[in-house]
Amino acid sequence: MRAGGLIVLLCGLLAVVFLSITVGARPISLGDVWAALTAPVSDSTTHRIILELRLPRTLVGLLVGAALGLAGAILQGATRNPLADPGLLGIEAGATLCVVLGIAVFGITTLSGYVWLAFLGAGIATVLVYVIASLGREGATPVKLALGGAAVTAALSSVTSAILLTSVQTLDQIRFWQVGALTGRTMDILWQVAPFLGLGIVLALTTGRILDGLAMGDDVARGLGQRVQLSRAFVGVVAVILAGAATAACGPIAFVGLTIPHVARAITGPNYRWLLPYSMVLGPILLLGADIVGRVIAPPGELQVGIVTAAIGAPFFIAFVRRRKLAEL
Amino acid sequence: MSVQFAAATSVVAARRKLRIRWRLVTVGLALIVLALMALALTIGDYPLPVGDVVRSLLSPFTGQADQANDFIVLGVRLPRAVTGLLAGAAFGLSGVIFQTVLRNPLASPDIVGITTGASTAAVIAIVMLHLTGFPVAVAATVGAIVISALIYVLSWRGGVTPYRLVLVGIGMAAIAAAVTSYLFTRARISEVQQAMSWLTGSLNGATFEQLGPLALGLLVLGPLAAILYRPLASLELGDDAAKALGTRIEVTRLGTLLVAVVLASFATATVGPVAFVAFASGPVAKRMLGPAGNALLPAALVGAAVTIGADLIAQHSLGRSQLPAGVVTGAIGALFLIYLLAAANRSGRGG
Repeated sequence: MRAGGLIVLLCGLLAVVFLSITVGARPISLGDVWAALTAPVSDSTTHRIILELRLPRTLVGLLVGAALGLAGAILQGATRNPLADPGLLGIEAGATLCVVLGIAVFGITTLSGYVWLAFLGAGIATVLVYVIASLGREGATPVKLALGGAAVTAALSSVTSAILLTSVQTLDQIRFWQVGALTGRTMDILWQVAPFLGLGIVLALTTGRILDGLAMGDDVARGLGQRVQLSRAFVGVVAVILAGAATAACGPIAFVGLTIPHVARAITGPNYRWLLPYSMVLGPILLLGADIVGRVIAPPGELQVGIVTAAIGAPFFIAFVRRRKLAEL
Repeated sequence: MSVQFAAATSVVAARRKLRIRWRLVTVGLALIVLALMALALTIGDYPLPVGDVVRSLLSPFTGQADQANDFIVLGVRLPRAVTGLLAGAAFGLSGVIFQTVLRNPLASPDIVGITTGASTAAVIAIVMLHLTGFPVAVAATVGAIVISALIYVLSWRGGVTPYRLVLVGIGMAAIAAAVTSYLFTRARISEVQQAMSWLTGSLNGATFEQLGPLALGLLVLGPLAAILYRPLASLELGDDAAKALGTRIEVTRLGTLLVAVVLASFATATVGPVAFVAFASGPVAKRMLGPAGNALLPAALVGAAVTIGADLIAQHSLGRSQLPAGVVTGAIGALFLIYLLAAANRSGRGG
């Protein structure tokens, strides 16, 4: 039953990937796509659009969507809080601050420059959160992680807004990055983040048993022989790799990580061995679907995917939350 | 018998200890707020000795006017300090109510969409309708109340569970935030900048005239929140336990949330969505109190202290460039919360 559902979703994902390559300001046929992949002609505009724009964009969306879905699921499991998202551990605030500093201080304005800055910021912020939360005898409990994350996020955001309020040029640059977009993501950017995203996705899929243990509460998990602190640290590292790389590639798109796990949980129930693959497939469906809608909804321009995910994802999410009998964490 | 007697006395003693701790924390916080207000009235580009400040404060009653001093104290510094006091207290109350009713330490009005709704409405007013000043505040209030009503209605399924309310709240917050981001990418940079500084939250240019709704709201709703506190405490035990204790869950929840929404929206309308005050006041107060009960008044005091203190730092410590208070509240609220977490950890009380 749940395996069947997963297969249906995979077919859905395939359809979205197909649409993402073919739909756009210049519609492209399946034959062209095949030709571009097998026998590319270097002076064909269509082939160049496919290979240099549509394909990288689709692949980045695919990986980032999967990463965000998984990151949200494992963070919600590790903190046992339905509000946990990649923003929670300071990942997005750290990434944003580093990018803002890069623009304001070093004058970096290229997307591939932002990638490393964002990654650096995400890592620093999460280490900070974890150190704060794990001081003391019982280590990093869910509540302390959540509060520590929120505190670090607030502190970093303060610095960010202080810079943005005093430098108009930086604000002008960052407002487009901060929305979250797949536009202009080339093969270079894909190669920069793909190793991290791939590693993170593989590791995340192995955390099902750990998260099922943590879901029973620290004491029960400990009683069953699980090393709770070590588990939570491992899950945290995986989440940082996923969400850090995703934010680096596309800017902060918290919504996918926040909501996809709830949808997955409503379908699969609380068992993480199913919840994780479902989140991994649902994430890119939402992200790529939103990206396609953003391309066609306001011609000749485009709407950034960060806006569309929230604008079409959130009403769907609310309807979903209303209809289902919710499986609480 | 003697064992029972000893147990009974130790319970009484423990209760007395908790009462004393509550009083100590509350009085201490009140003193801190008073000290910060006094500081806010005396320091500045034109420092005034305490005596002159007191004379100016009393001048409406004594009739001894000193035009320059009176203008600085009564016209500039007092409105600003009182705005910080009232807005901070309203944010603090609203935050602790939300976190208690929704039983989630992350569920403050800025996370579940109330403040986000206010911000979006204000950004629409600034960027699309090119408004400034009081109409923006009206738009923010309307935005907060509309989004709260929507969240409540959409969460209603023959009753409202906190879990569903929180999820619908973050969904609505995401929509509102998306609208804001969209407007940010489409608007002229000068208006984006104006919206950005509103979104940070500041006490610049505070006057007594704008304070009316907020002051009235706190005067009416503050005591109401205190009355509603007991049912609030039983809600914290879970819906089933609360029902068993005779709490009318739906009515209590709606009533308290309504109070919190109005407080948050008036405060946001007056000073903007000052970061983190609503979020941090509750946890900070609760960690100071330990198990010593009613966090309502302490949370309000923490909110006021953080807001006034942040405004002081923003005005005076960073040289010529005056930053809005919202930049600093995030930083000091966060540091304070981190310190309390670390302190709780040291004594093994962290949780």
